Amino acid sequence: MTAQNVDTLDMGEETQIKPYTMNFGPQHPAAHGVLRLVLEMEGEIVERADPHIGLLHRGTEKLIEHKTYTQALPYFDRLDYVAPMNQEHAFALATEKLLGVEVPKRGQYIRVLFAELGRVLNHLLNVTTFALDVGALTPALWGFEEREKGMEFYERVCGARLHANYFRPGGVSQDLPAGLLDDMYEWCEGLPSFMKDLNDLLTGNRIFKQRTVDIGVVSQEDAFDWGFSGPMLRGSGVAWDLRKSQPYDSYEDFDFDIPVGKTGDCYARYLVRIAEITESLKIMKQAIEKMPDGPAKTNDYKVCPPPRAEMKSSMEAMIHHFKLYTEGFHVPAGETYTAVEAPKGEFGVYLVSDGSNKPYRCRIRAPGFPHLAAMDFMSKGHQLADAVSIIGSLDIVFGEIDR
Amino acid sequence: MPNDALQDLADYVVEKLEAHVYNYEFFNDELVVNAKAESIKEILHFLRDDRECNFQVLVDVLGADYPERMSSDEGGRFDVVYTLLSMRHNHRIRVKVQASEETLVPSVVGIYSSAGWFEREVWDMYGVLFDGNPDLRRILTDYGFEGHPQRKDFPLTGYVELRYDEELKRVVYEPVQLTQDFRGFDYTSPWEAMTGVQIPNELIGDEKASKDALKHGPAHGWKDAKQAGGK
Repeated sequence: MTAQNVDTLDMGEETQIKPYTMNFGPQHPAAHGVLRLVLEMEGEIVERADPHIGLLHRGTEKLIEHKTYTQALPYFDRLDYVAPMNQEHAFALATEKLLGVEVPKRGQYIRVLFAELGRVLNHLLNVTTFALDVGALTPALWGFEEREKGMEFYERVCGARLHANYFRPGGVSQDLPAGLLDDMYEWCEGLPSFMKDLNDLLTGNRIFKQRTVDIGVVSQEDAFDWGFSGPMLRGSGVAWDLRKSQPYDSYEDFDFDIPVGKTGDCYARYLVRIAEITESLKIMKQAIEKMPDGPAKTNDYKVCPPPRAEMKSSMEAMIHHFKLYTEGFHVPAGETYTAVEAPKGEFGVYLVSDGSNKPYRCRIRAPGFPHLAAMDFMSKGHQLADAVSIIGSLDIVFGEIDR
Repeated sequence: MPNDALQDLADYVVEKLEAHVYNYEFFNDELVVNAKAESIKEILHFLRDDRECNFQVLVDVLGADYPERMSSDEGGRFDVVYTLLSMRHNHRIRVKVQASEETLVPSVVGIYSSAGWFEREVWDMYGVLFDGNPDLRRILTDYGFEGHPQRKDFPLTGYVELRYDEELKRVVYEPVQLTQDFRGFDYTSPWEAMTGVQIPNELIGDEKASKDALKHGPAHGWKDAKQAGGK
């Protein structure tokens, strides 16, 4: 530094820092996948956040227009791959609504059971990786172990850990294997002790609170304005849950509460998710206890394939099977918007049918999309490190946002 | 079937917004209001602020393409559908407007902030223009992408593919070259007894079923094809 510079500094002149543009991602461990976030910084303070999405865009909606309804279903596993069955649920319900097919009680209970398992798995992943983002490694390591146990149930029921293709229009693809319910019940019994450990690690943790309390506060009005749903909405104090308000698949049979946050910050959203795990376990236990007997899928063989054994002797069953797996089923013309309470929020499917065996238009309403759209609004005026906390609390998965 | 509350709501909305909407219809128990594209702002403003409606949340804005409407002088080939949710009354409503490539649909960002990205997506996928959206950039497709991929006349395989060029040390775009075309199998069967649903398009071979065809022989039967191939 020259003498002159030192002089000007001594005069007390303020140094002007230019707004600084920073690229966050697309390869960044805290970006939760392929998020490219262009941040305009004023020193340490975020002036503007501009998320660039679409790096994982696969054209799912376009592809579905070229596939039969049966072939379209697996695409839903690949949206939010953290809780695949919840996505299938929305598509199955939408198709059933257009078809006018009734799902037997056992099929509905199995779906509820696995939808709730999906919610637990999703929240386990989100809560622990959120902690990882703000500096705590251990919860993620512990959480993944429990998550893996849960995914084994997925594997036992449909053969795949992630891409299940299990919920089908008309029910589920096959009935539960023997002994699964007992093992699941045992897991439900054991998980609360893990949740206690997790709570001990995080909920009262000073550093965790410093990083999350009063960060990314969203008021009720803002949450409505930005189209929030799920834990993001409930974190802001709105007791809204589609499982309660617009029940589908016998959710009205189950006794559970809707946890609601008070402060609308990252910490409140964390607490809501933790409480939802407990509620989901409650529902799972009830579903296991009350699991009805009977078929797991509709016996309308125009929609669901007939049992394997019947195909060996019955010509009609054989034809049904052949027709279903080549032509697929035809869905009467019409349209529907059907939404489920996925772990991340309201997951909706807008389905237009023209009467053929392929959807004319299949719009997927992903909950993460409006959440991420609010990123600019939420992180404005916060520090860079807080932007990481906010992304963690949004619970974003790019499979569903980019579609 | 629609419940009474929703039926009342439908009547109320159509009465109050007489100048802006055409009609309403029900799909099962879902209410859809067909409206004029130019007055979408007034409609959503009313639906959000009116006590009887109180649709606080814009759940979704989506596009749909019906190319067969292009030639007719109706609203245009695209549908833009606004899905609204009222948590107070536990109602959903869809407002449907029609737009063409040239129509300027007024943006509703000023009414619902969530519309910003949804409109960007409809623009990106269908090329519907939203007047007043402050940030109408592409959202899901690549930087510098051309065309609107979800239009029905956009091929599933797209026009360009990209790869990393070892010599140029960068990613290059090239026209799509597939060793095998996309196979759109036509599985639809002429036997409608299976489904009970009328198949809209006529299938190959259907002409054989008519009496005229039987009298005069097939118009383009396999024999003709064989002869043509033989030469």
